[in-house]
Amino acid sequence: MTIQFNNETFRDDYSFHNSDWAIKRFPFPFHEDSYMYSVNMEQHRGGPEGSVYEKRFDVDEHYVSEMRDRAMVLADDPLRCQSLPHMTLAGWDLLELIMVSKSEDYPDLFELHRDGNTWRWINKPLGIDDTFTFLDETTLPYGPMEYITRQAQGDFCVLDQRDEMLWMDAGMVTTQADWSLDFDIGMNFFEWHAPVPLAHEMGIFKRALKFLLNIQQGAPARRLNWTMTVNPLLDTSPENYHKWGIQKTTLTPENIGSKQHLRVELQTFFRLPRSNALVFPIRCYLISFQDLVTMPKWGRRLHRVVRDLPDELATYKGFIDNRPMMLDYLSQFDDGLPTSPGVFPDQDTEPALQK
Amino acid sequence: MSKFQFPESIKSRPVYGTLEPRPGKSHLMIADAEGAEALLDLAAQDADLMAKAHIIFIPKGTAYSDKLQALNPAQYYEGPSYEASVQRLRHVLANAHQGTQVYLAGTEGLMGQAQNEAMQAGIPHTAIQTEHRGSVARRMQCVHCKGITEDVMHDPFQCAHCGLHLFVRDHYSRRLAAYQGVRVDAEDHGNIPEPVELYK
Ligand code: HEM
Repeated sequence: MTIQFNNETFRDDYSFHNSDWAIKRFPFPFHEDSYMYSVNMEQHRGGPEGSVYEKRFDVDEHYVSEMRDRAMVLADDPLRCQSLPHMTLAGWDLLELIMVSKSEDYPDLFELHRDGNTWRWINKPLGIDDTFTFLDETTLPYGPMEYITRQAQGDFCVLDQRDEMLWMDAGMVTTQADWSLDFDIGMNFFEWHAPVPLAHEMGIFKRALKFLLNIQQGAPARRLNWTMTVNPLLDTSPENYHKWGIQKTTLTPENIGSKQHLRVELQTFFRLPRSNALVFPIRCYLISFQDLVTMPKWGRRLHRVVRDLPDELATYKGFIDNRPMMLDYLSQFDDGLPTSPGVFPDQDTEPALQK
Repeated sequence: MSKFQFPESIKSRPVYGTLEPRPGKSHLMIADAEGAEALLDLAAQDADLMAKAHIIFIPKGTAYSDKLQALNPAQYYEGPSYEASVQRLRHVLANAHQGTQVYLAGTEGLMGQAQNEAMQAGIPHTAIQTEHRGSVARRMQCVHCKGITEDVMHDPFQCAHCGLHLFVRDHYSRRLAAYQGVRVDAEDHGNIPEPVELYK
């Protein structure tokens, strides 16, 4: 299908919205009626047609507007994109991975023509047609990682692998769930995860690291993570928390359905060929509560998950104060019926709300 | 003086040890204030160390100078502040022999910054030891304006640069040699809790 790109904002008047198509394919993160941290990783080898899992780098109706928002964040704060000096080769690896994947997966939107090291890249949605020399930084307007991630939805962490450890040595981070690349750059896997509650004690990070160190080229992996965001604000950074934090207090029983958003990250992991670095794209999807509950199964389940979530997680994710109001709202969409296993909405088989 | 035991914390927070003499052709020792006591203890364990030692000391109003000089280190330098000493420190590190042992003692801010310089100069982390002594003050970075506030003793504290009142996190960046400060009243403007002394 051809994608109709929305003209929308993720700040100020928040005109962001999801079409029926985007709602139906939303990556709902709960496969059962409760949630706890786990080493929830699987191969990233496609998924149901039309789902966000199908392509290596999903492109959706928010693409053009998200890239505009990223450019604004970078203009305000260039430190959101950083690469330590030894990471340039990994940047080229990433540029190649994205250009090859997008031109193969979306031939009507992106084209890559390669003649030796002379590459021509055409990005139709953003109106870009550039010819450059692969591995020659002087032929691009930005470094290779910045160039390509200004044209790809989601944040990107590029991890150097050495001493049996991953190091956050480069990244493009403008749509993050409240963590700072500028602060975390140079840290190792355990250090940047330090603020996460419970998971260290559960041994999750030790097992996850082992899995990641062994990811092979051509065999990417993926997992989902989630949090809550008031207003469809992409840039929930610590840098700007002194400005956006107050928005959490604007929820009322009347506006919660449209203002409160479930924020889901589709996280993928790819080994890069020349540098042996690992790239970690973190793609953020937002959905308002009122759109989410149009899927009866999701409405039932989200109520149960939010209700039973341990306090440590609700605190870390920053919604403990708003949880009672969320539950008042969500309980209207939970009739107590059982839910089918798995994350998909199962619209044809799940019963309509019985109240 | 007894050593302060930091409570158990998260994984980005540094942990410090106790300096011990190690074999090596040269020994670079950097300390501030009560950190001097750790160097005196070190010398007491191995008197020969000092003949190959270069001490960089920032007294911060303490009176350890005479005692340190009495150890007869091969080189002794006293700086009025860390900032004033850092050019010299870089020079010494750039010219350090392979196998130089580095000993850091004193406040977290001093050790963190000097450790950074040593790592950047290519000294392997296995050749760097640290021992905390004296003030438990923290070097804080404001995550909003990026300004550093030195010697923070209270939580919350006011950013020396942008004036926001910041909550003191345990999340620590070795690259910045600083803990992270985050606006404490971001979700309730003006509601600033009474500052409490750290670890009290
Ligand atoms: C190498 C790739 C990865 C990167 C760059 C990364 C990065 C991050 C960052 C920056 C945070 C925020 C920490 C903070 O509060 O400051 C985070 C949170 C977290 N990460 Fe990772 N992570 C990676 C892989 C993984 C994997 C494989 C797991 C598997 C279990 C995982 C589990 C988590 C969990 C459970 C949280 C807390 C999220 C929440 O409750 O909202 N991470 N990660």
